Amino acid sequence: MPDTDKTIISVQDVTKRFGSTVTAVDNVNLEIKEGEFFALLGPSGCGKTTLLRMIAGFETLTEGAILIDGDDVSSVEPTHRPVNMVFQSYAVFPHMTVEENVGYGLRVVGTPKAEIDSRVKEAIDLVRLSGLEQRKPNKLSGGQQQRVALARALVKKPKVLLLDEPLSALDAKLREAMQLELVRLQENVGITFIIVTHDQKEALSMANRIAVMGDGKILQIASPKTLYEYPSSSFVADFIGQVNLFDVTEQGIAHGELTLTVDELGAVVLPGVDTSRTYHKLALRPEKIGVARDKPSEIGLVAIPAKLVEDSYIGDQSHLYFETAGGKALSASVQNRDRDDHHLNKRGEKMWLYWHPAHFQPLSD
Amino acid sequence: MSRRRLNVNPLDYSRKLWMRSAMGFTFFFLYFPIISLIIFSFNDSKRNITWQGFTLKYYEKAFNNNQLHEAFANSLLIAGISTLTATVLGAMLGLALYRFRFPMQGPYEGIVHLPIVIPEICLAVAMVAFFATVEVPLGLVTITVSHIAFSIPFVAVVIRARMAGFNRSLEEASADLGASQWQTFWNVTFPYMKPGLVAGALLAFTLSLDDFVITFFTSGPGSTTFPIKIYSMVRFSVTPEVNAASTVLIVITLALTTLALWVQSKSQRNESNA
Repeated sequence: MPDTDKTIISVQDVTKRFGSTVTAVDNVNLEIKEGEFFALLGPSGCGKTTLLRMIAGFETLTEGAILIDGDDVSSVEPTHRPVNMVFQSYAVFPHMTVEENVGYGLRVVGTPKAEIDSRVKEAIDLVRLSGLEQRKPNKLSGGQQQRVALARALVKKPKVLLLDEPLSALDAKLREAMQLELVRLQENVGITFIIVTHDQKEALSMANRIAVMGDGKILQIASPKTLYEYPSSSFVADFIGQVNLFDVTEQGIAHGELTLTVDELGAVVLPGVDTSRTYHKLALRPEKIGVARDKPSEIGLVAIPAKLVEDSYIGDQSHLYFETAGGKALSASVQNRDRDDHHLNKRGEKMWLYWHPAHFQPLSD
Repeated sequence: MSRRRLNVNPLDYSRKLWMRSAMGFTFFFLYFPIISLIIFSFNDSKRNITWQGFTLKYYEKAFNNNQLHEAFANSLLIAGISTLTATVLGAMLGLALYRFRFPMQGPYEGIVHLPIVIPEICLAVAMVAFFATVEVPLGLVTITVSHIAFSIPFVAVVIRARMAGFNRSLEEASADLGASQWQTFWNVTFPYMKPGLVAGALLAFTLSLDDFVITFFTSGPGSTTFPIKIYSMVRFSVTPEVNAASTVLIVITLALTTLALWVQSKSQRNESNA
């Protein structure tokens, strides 16, 4: 968690154009606090890597300014910026040993030998590479090379550590372990981490705050929980996890509370929602939907009969795909708490889907 | 029938007669002259037409031939200077072609590589015409300049090919860690280029050492190189002394080529070891 409220990186009205036609980053504003674990999340080509490379100094800004710890670094070379980067390809120097790699950033600026030795040792311990100091990178696994890249950047004691898709080349098991390790590392060193990723699970599990990018713009900046439960647009709702979207046909106010009419469900009352805005869609996460054979008797639930079309079993969960009488496709995910539970679901079977209307997220786009 | 055809492995073709004879003829035409040259360098006969018995005296004679010595020293001097210069310039050219995008790059690259494909005789005539225009007397200097000129594209091609496999992030990582551009070049880029530099330099060296056509055209009085000296000796008569001198040249060229291949395969092995 952030220790202070101090802004360490301030991205102000930054735009990046390649040539005259491609706008990679479009008027982005961003404040990152000291000690945060911040994620830039978005599909490939959304401009997140370009934004990170602009913070590192590898891309020039077309418009705007970037401030690191209050200093405008827009025209400062990467060499002189107080940030360090972990590259997607690791970029570990192939002809140097682990120790030489980690000490490189200290050697080139003329740090005294004794200080280099102690700081290198400390960094190698930090990423748990002790014992491999004399290895060359081609004798290391992908995960170990990743650690070398981390140690090499952290040994410089940067104000911000930038990570460009650092886990994308690792296999699933190792990726999960490294996610935990990165969080532990970040808490240990207290340095601000900015990670670029297209993997929403990775961003949700690691970051304190996430900026979702699409088409060069920042669409929403929020904590992982807010982002998932209260997405601000259908793009964000759809990009982060699975979502059912209903089209709103009519908007009204009944007894001071927002009422949205949806074809499949009729009027839905949403207490406590801002009534001044116009809403076009209602979003509902699949795991919020309950599935039952009989119509639930509890009052205040939304319930709709639907036919099971597809049952996709993925071990811990089953993703159930339904179709209502009106032809609306809905997906629900249920935990397979009972070993033989999922066998009860037969394709074509009529079932009841139900949920609490509070789970609806109204969307304006 | 079809099954048998499917099971043919690459070496099986050597069992076919036509394949074997093609291979045999190729080896024969390639290596018979060279082997007979080497054998007859040990021939104890002045006319060197029939085998008269084994001797090393023509090697002795060649080693004691002062003109041959001088020509060999010239060749080494020219090859040394031109290799050094061509390697530096060619490496810079190869690096620039890999690194930068600039207007007219395509045509420029084509022109740079032209000396590799155009006939040597044309290059030689062009060189002589050029030196005549700028009024530089023909001699060691003109030979060296010409050798540098035709070696540069070979080095550039080797470096360019080497750099194609380079990960640009390495240079970015170096800059990111606080290294100046100069430090980045010597610490990161140069070590990666090294096998290419060695290969390119050895290529330039052997090209220079045994070049005849361009050297012949651009040489002046007192600037005889080893190949030209041998050619002039042959014009009088093919004595075993010529064979002996040629054999020495073959051995040197072969040794250098082997060294180049060895350096290259060693560096490849280092990189692919995972």
